[in-house]
Amino acid sequence: METIIFYVFAATSVIGSLVLVSHKNPVASALSLVLTLFSTAVLFILLLAHFIALIQVLVYAGAIMVLFLFTVMFLNLRDESLRFDAVKVPVKLGILSLLLLISGYFIFIGFKKIPPLNTMVISHPEPFGTVEGVGEVLFSDYLLPFELTSVLIVVAILGVVVIAKRRFD
Amino acid sequence: MTVTIEHYLVLSAILFIIGAYGVIVRKNLIIVLMSLELMLNASNLAFVAFSNVLGDLTGHIFVIMSITVAAAEVAVGLAFVVTIYTHHETLNIDVLRMLKG
Repeated sequence: METIIFYVFAATSVIGSLVLVSHKNPVASALSLVLTLFSTAVLFILLLAHFIALIQVLVYAGAIMVLFLFTVMFLNLRDESLRFDAVKVPVKLGILSLLLLISGYFIFIGFKKIPPLNTMVISHPEPFGTVEGVGEVLFSDYLLPFELTSVLIVVAILGVVVIAKRRFD
Repeated sequence: MTVTIEHYLVLSAILFIIGAYGVIVRKNLIIVLMSLELMLNASNLAFVAFSNVLGDLTGHIFVIMSITVAAAEVAVGLAFVVTIYTHHETLNIDVLRMLKG
């Protein structure tokens, strides 16, 4: 059962990401990215990361994608030159195969160097990955990074306000 | 045939490659940002997979931090996009050359 769920949602995430990088319409790209993020959330649940899956759906597929769609709607892009890609088709295939080659090389030496994992997905006891388990680690061992995150968010908010209010001369 | 951790790692690598391809190939600045999000998401998948196999929740904490940074980055990036569009009337990254890149 888990195998079927994994393959179905792995396929939908790959299809969604391919539509993202190939579709002409930015709205379709954004919606396919939502599909990919939802499929990844399902895979997180298969890996017993329930809290991360929740955060993924709420923050990524909810807040961030609404921001993207709002910007696309707000700008109302009609630039015809954006419909074409930066490079021609043979160059595209070359870039894709080069990236595949590099990552295949690193996957190969990675699987050769580390001891073979070959582990099935482990079913840990209950608090692993739930709000209780993650919260306990987050608020004991990683309290300082968690608090510093708030500084980051304040800086981001201030930066956005400053950038968006600036007028070029 | 059961699903092993390697399956998740290979899927993560595939998603990362597609995201990098989108960053390199596309002209639209918004879609470049979306591909960047896809790459971050792929690395999150690898973190969660390793966290499961090692039985350690540190990977989950790292993913939470990564999602926070991604949200902040998207907010700043889209503010830049809006400013660039109001000034230059385009989002074509081949036209935007004021940094002489």
